[in-house]
Amino acid sequence: MAVTPAVTDLEQLKDHPALAPLLAWNRAAIEGVKFDRDEMTIYVGRDAIREACTLLRDNPSCPFNYFSDVTCVDWYPQEPRFEVIYHLLSISKKERVRLKVRLKSDSTTLESVTGVWPSANYAEREVFDLFGIHFNGHPYLRRLLMPENWEGHPLRKDYPVEGYR
Amino acid sequence: MGHLTPTPALEPGQDKTMILNMGPQHPSTHGVLRLLLEIDGENIVRIMPDIGFLHTGIEKTCEAKFYQQVVPLTDRIDYLCPLTNNLCYVLAVEKLLGLEIPPKAQWLRVLLNEFTRINSHLVWLGTHAMDIGAMTVFLYCFREREDILRLFEAVSGQRMMTSYFRVGGVALEPPLDFFPRARDFAKRFPARVDEYENLLTGNPIWAMRTKGVARITAEDAIALGASGPTLRGSGVDFDLRRDMPYSGYENFKFKVPVGKDGDVFTRYMCRVAELRESIKIVAQALEGMPEGPIKANAPKVVLPDREKMKTEMEALIYHFKIITEGFAVREGEVYQAVESPRGEMGYYIVSDGTAKPYRVHMRSACLANMQLLPKMCEGRLLADVVAAIGSIDIVLGEIDR
Repeated sequence: MAVTPAVTDLEQLKDHPALAPLLAWNRAAIEGVKFDRDEMTIYVGRDAIREACTLLRDNPSCPFNYFSDVTCVDWYPQEPRFEVIYHLLSISKKERVRLKVRLKSDSTTLESVTGVWPSANYAEREVFDLFGIHFNGHPYLRRLLMPENWEGHPLRKDYPVEGYR
Repeated sequence: MGHLTPTPALEPGQDKTMILNMGPQHPSTHGVLRLLLEIDGENIVRIMPDIGFLHTGIEKTCEAKFYQQVVPLTDRIDYLCPLTNNLCYVLAVEKLLGLEIPPKAQWLRVLLNEFTRINSHLVWLGTHAMDIGAMTVFLYCFREREDILRLFEAVSGQRMMTSYFRVGGVALEPPLDFFPRARDFAKRFPARVDEYENLLTGNPIWAMRTKGVARITAEDAIALGASGPTLRGSGVDFDLRRDMPYSGYENFKFKVPVGKDGDVFTRYMCRVAELRESIKIVAQALEGMPEGPIKANAPKVVLPDREKMKTEMEALIYHFKIITEGFAVREGEVYQAVESPRGEMGYYIVSDGTAKPYRVHMRSACLANMQLLPKMCEGRLLADVVAAIGSIDIVLGEIDR
């Protein structure tokens, strides 16, 4: 089983159960797609993430009703620096999809999806705590794992592994 | 972690309620969970979990290690089911590499994974029952757990932090007496489950403490991100082993126990039924264990056998290269989820083409399951909190990482 190259052509992937409803809704919000190692990734514009998530949750043919996870990757010193990554699961159709939002280092704010899936609450707090990404509309955006008076966000790449001493 | 400043959302109101601190050193919080409870007499008005006391920065540490060096770290995330975490991590790396795993290694992984599930459920059952006041069950459960830990020791040299699964296969060939001992255990175990059930299932005190307590509906369970037995106890028929099979689970026949009431008792029944199903998978794995190699044929990734290193030049070179430089993984990212004893354990690994993972993220089943606690407990009695915590089977090592 050798790894086949990733498919990034929108036309080839447009029938994917997660991509088709998004394209029908707002093609401009889709910044790109990637199908790699049997996993589907959709790049969504920052301002569209909340509506895109609502749409996927309520999509009748393949409802992504289960929110697995949200996390972040820091590509320091590249720009856009942050990628916020959502993993969604459709329990009835047994389908997974990954949504990605790219964020520049000077605007680390995006809409919270806690209104779409309440389960995003702790995961978003964790991303805020460890990466310093702000989620607008989150009911209780405070540090989750680190002490409240902690300075800095440990999982950023410019934060040393041993910490500041 | 909010222990440094008082939590303003929990100011007591109109002298009717008071704030009660529970944990982090409370024996019934299964580790270092701290709960802030706002209570009105014996009734819970609000409940707010406070976590992070066991945060060790494992995700950050992983970024500084070679791919193969991360395996021992995954043991320490969830110390009750180390092999499940090993499995999830190595599956993710193998997916990144595109490695084909020989059948014997896959079957060994399934076999040990189910032993781990039994082990974890036994600890859960013992401590959960003890929390609610049934002391004896704990002693019975730990008797069988000891047998499983001895099997782990036989196969990997370690009782708890096994690190037995490696990228490309498993670490060692199991010793000769492992399979007879495992068969013996598989034969004995169903009768032992009957013993636990004799102590609890028909017990009127157990029923009063668990039936109708901490109820959660299927809609709430999905919305709040529950998984595993916590989700199935509410009537959602979903198990990753059956529905999105990995590591050869599609070759095994087993039932997925589903409840419908969504209370503590139903979750208990689901897990006990899972004990019986797991031992069936163990028996099938022992029955049909294929012959063949236990490691993939990928000399640049998998460490060579000790014997070959002493006789073959190439093996020695590969060994040196893997240990000193690791192995490079082509750029990309994967999300691999497995059904851990607690629910959906997921590893998200990003590779930038070097020998160290650029980012490793663990999707913790317990962290999501814990979000159910307020919904389960608010408006109920204080004593039910302990039953609710036990029934979602949290492990703080996995929550805090």
